Amino acid sequence: MAELDTSGGGKHKDGKVRSKKASTRVDLTAMVDLAFLLITFFMYTTTLQKPKAMDLVMPDNSIKTSQLPIAASRSMTILLGSHNKVEWYMGEPGKSAPTVDGFGKDGIRKALIENEKKVADTHAAPDNTMEVVIKPSDKSNYETLVAALDEMSITNVKIYAIVKITPMEVDDLKKNNIY
Amino acid sequence: MPRVKVARKSTAIDMTAMCDVAFLLLTFFILTAKPKVEDPSKAEVPPSTKMMPVGDANMVTLSIGQGRVFFSVTEQDVRVAALKEMGTKYGVTFTPEEQQRFGLTQVFGVPMKNLKGFLDMDKDELKKYQQPGIPVDTTNNNELSNWILLSRQSDKALHDKDLDFSIKGDKNEEYPTISAVIGVLEKQKKFKFNLITTLKAAPKK
Repeated sequence: MAELDTSGGGKHKDGKVRSKKASTRVDLTAMVDLAFLLITFFMYTTTLQKPKAMDLVMPDNSIKTSQLPIAASRSMTILLGSHNKVEWYMGEPGKSAPTVDGFGKDGIRKALIENEKKVADTHAAPDNTMEVVIKPSDKSNYETLVAALDEMSITNVKIYAIVKITPMEVDDLKKNNIY
Repeated sequence: MPRVKVARKSTAIDMTAMCDVAFLLLTFFILTAKPKVEDPSKAEVPPSTKMMPVGDANMVTLSIGQGRVFFSVTEQDVRVAALKEMGTKYGVTFTPEEQQRFGLTQVFGVPMKNLKGFLDMDKDELKKYQQPGIPVDTTNNNELSNWILLSRQSDKALHDKDLDFSIKGDKNEEYPTISAVIGVLEKQKKFKFNLITTLKAAPKK
């Protein structure tokens, strides 16, 4: 595609010697090829999307005075089992039968919203927020934990904490075959 | 009847505009380029709907995959300073070349006793080498907690800042490993950290 310079130049019929007029067109094919090659290279090697994260705040376990007792009637405990299954109950362990649940719209999220409403209805104004205790078992995986924390932000639960599971609760998970 | 002559058009196209665009894009990509970091933990992060951006400076990332823990800190000088401190603590001396190589290693998961050998490996050996991960246990004096502590001290000394922490866990990782790493951070009074996740569309309410 390179263009030939056909302007001739040299002597004109009037005898005057004119300087040769060079074409201003440059062949850009090679340059464009190279530019696109480099673009492709940079597109493949860059990470355009920055990683996203969720923040997690653990309670400061060294300051004992800052720990407030949780009112049993306002607390919901979620036990994380294996295979992305959870178990939840309200109040103290053993008092009410735990429910086995999964994730998603009709799973734990529904229960969270319902319980939040129930707590808000049955308690007086300043202390009517629900507190959620998340207890991951040793057989639960990281995805379940992140999903559970995510449900907290979806359902707008303000107070929640990750707490160590008790052996009694592990037995209960075993009974329901999710340990 | 006269024959229809097909006009002979020049095959040359004006490529100026195309060239302009190509170089504009190229400039953009060069300026925004940040090379991908090879993560030996192969952690596949779980999805979540939260989308807090993660800072790209002054950040320690603890990657967890298949029960192994990997450590990386964004600042190169902090990395080298922490290596020197760890060397004196565990009685290993590193040559300047080894220190330089460590400065260029973004993510690593090697116990102290293997670290010298790891830094002396050439490229082919490195590719084959399976990093065993940094030892973690529940005591106060495990290697991961020392790495974290000494990096924090070095960062304080060099930049007068406190490092931020993020955890990049594999979604199939079992909770005990995660809990051990969180425990290490808790012991050092780091109660706030990020969990790196991929983006999932927020559910409709």
